[in-house]
Amino acid sequence: MAQSTTSPTAASPTRNATFKDKNRQEAMTGLGFIAPAFIILFGFLIIPMFVAGLFSLTNWDGITPIARGLITEENPNGAFDFVGLQNYNTILLQEGRRQESFYTALKNTIYYALGVVPVQTAFALVLAFVVNQKWLKGKGFFRTAFYFPSITSSVVISLIFMWMFSASGLVNTAISFLNPSYDPVTWLDNPSGTLHLLMNGIGINPTRDMLRVCDPATLQLWGCEVASIRLWDWLSGPSVTMATIMILNIWTTIGTMMVIYLAALQSIPSQVYEAATVDGASRVQLFRYITVPLLQPTTFFVVTIGLIGALQVFDQVYVMTSGGPANTTLTVAYLVYRSAFSDSRMGLAAATAIVLFVIIFVFTMIQRRVTRESSGDRA
Amino acid sequence: MSAVTLEQPVGQTSSASKFIRRAPGILGLLFLAIVAVVEIVPFVFTVVNSAKCLPAINAAPWAFIPSSGFIDCRNEEGRPLPASAMTSGATFQPSLEGYQMVIARDLPRWFMNSVIFAAAVTICRILIDSLAGYSLARLKFPGNRLIFFIILGTLMIPGVVLIVPRFILLKQLGILNTYQGLIIPLAADAFGIFLMKQFFESIPRELEEAAEVDGASRLTTFFRIILPISTPALTALTIFSIQGMWNNFMDALIIVGTNPSLWTLTLGLSSLQGAGGETLIWNLFLAGAVITTIPMAIVFFAFQRYFVEGVSYSGLAGQ
Repeated sequence: MAQSTTSPTAASPTRNATFKDKNRQEAMTGLGFIAPAFIILFGFLIIPMFVAGLFSLTNWDGITPIARGLITEENPNGAFDFVGLQNYNTILLQEGRRQESFYTALKNTIYYALGVVPVQTAFALVLAFVVNQKWLKGKGFFRTAFYFPSITSSVVISLIFMWMFSASGLVNTAISFLNPSYDPVTWLDNPSGTLHLLMNGIGINPTRDMLRVCDPATLQLWGCEVASIRLWDWLSGPSVTMATIMILNIWTTIGTMMVIYLAALQSIPSQVYEAATVDGASRVQLFRYITVPLLQPTTFFVVTIGLIGALQVFDQVYVMTSGGPANTTLTVAYLVYRSAFSDSRMGLAAATAIVLFVIIFVFTMIQRRVTRESSGDRA
Repeated sequence: MSAVTLEQPVGQTSSASKFIRRAPGILGLLFLAIVAVVEIVPFVFTVVNSAKCLPAINAAPWAFIPSSGFIDCRNEEGRPLPASAMTSGATFQPSLEGYQMVIARDLPRWFMNSVIFAAAVTICRILIDSLAGYSLARLKFPGNRLIFFIILGTLMIPGVVLIVPRFILLKQLGILNTYQGLIIPLAADAFGIFLMKQFFESIPRELEEAAEVDGASRLTTFFRIILPISTPALTALTIFSIQGMWNNFMDALIIVGTNPSLWTLTLGLSSLQGAGGETLIWNLFLAGAVITTIPMAIVFFAFQRYFVEGVSYSGLAGQ
């Protein structure tokens, strides 16, 4: 990898030649230095993206050796066949079980992101604001306490939460202690949607029969299917179990987001606050009219990376629920894994992954565009 | 700034208005304290309950004061002791059963695998990322900008999307279910390269120019002069790499998931779920969780500053 040998000797005939020689040598050294990194990143990140794109157009099962090649009339035992956009059609457009799985996963992932991102961002912002106050003692302690969960493995945290939210776990025990008439909730095996529970609470409680009917003329819409999922089920909200996983992730991520906010807060000159204080602004006004607007670019950053992370949630689902109960914690990332390795539908899994990539890519591009506009071209 | 508002207000302010002025501060502090407790309590109770017998965990998860020495969870006939024999009020009788069980389940092997995996990836990254970072920061070569752009672009590829193609690629290369298969794809990373590049750009050029005048080659300059003064950046890189690899789950699951002899700690822990069939053996889980977390906790407390700085760096890379 190292191309550089010795520096050009003084024996070069002309200055110009020496100069050219030196440039060429520097270029060789530069390429040599970067080659290992480039080969690895190119080979294991960029090429795989194209491989995924290619295999999303096939019906490979992931088990038959690829070496057997394309299925043709002469080679009926081949490994795969090109099926065009059929995999995309199956998950996105064609009514059926696969479409239902995909949109269920998408629905769950969206509810998850909508719940997790705003809450963790708001918590992180308020906490960073309080921790940044000059009068606060023990800043280091709070930063440590909030940041520690982010360095802990997701598997460890999943196990801890499984225990805490188990039927006889810490959470139920604590609630029973505060409220003796509490009927313990089975957090991790509860498919009821939280929005459904809310709607039941205000009297919207469709019967089984109502869920079978779809008749727009009489405004009986609960049973109407959009993308193989009934309208009523679209409006489920995250299930109680999914809500538990959401709590876990909010709990874990607050620290990271708070540290990002703190770094940004420390760059706001204290004169700005002093001037406002002199003008008689209260602390709430300082927060509302100075901190929040000045931190807007940071907020945008925190929201987008939060969103990108939320769209990829996998580890917690794998460890805690495997997508259950009743597929209510099935996320798109977990669906990719399940199609690939449990259902042996590698082609379908690749197509699902590409769709997820496109969704995440759109958010990344929006983030880059806006961050660049607000902070100038830096990278 | 706000210290001003906390001072005694002048003269006639009534105690009610004093309270209103102070209320947001008090509420903020209260909020901070509550969240801090919520963030810490799970860890404390994890450690405490990892040292209990299973019936005691189920009957009194809150009991946190250990009494006497360690006990066996079973009596002479091998029957589990009842919970009433091991807890009363806030006290419990500690036991090492969870730790013994998790160690009997191959935890030492998982631990070793995690150490090897994290160490190998980190050593590779230190070398490969810093060479690449130096090249991008200092050396002129055709395609310099383009390569940097491509490398930064890989930051946008979500890990989840790679599970299928990586599996296919490693299978074709015949290194699925091997250490090489786990280590090589992770041996360089865009964030590390970016971090090193930023650092090298902050080093004054005169240092290298002096070395060059003395006739040292680029490679010599890099290893003898640049790397030794790059400890801060290298430390940050090392810590991030160790943390990422120690906690890595998805790559390990896809690449060595079907070969238990290569399981890392996170893979091993995730397999414990099915260990007891329907009943979940919490002390086993929690003991595993504690053992897995301790090494990272030590690294964290020793190098806290770098973690915090690194997060701000990731903000920079994101731009």
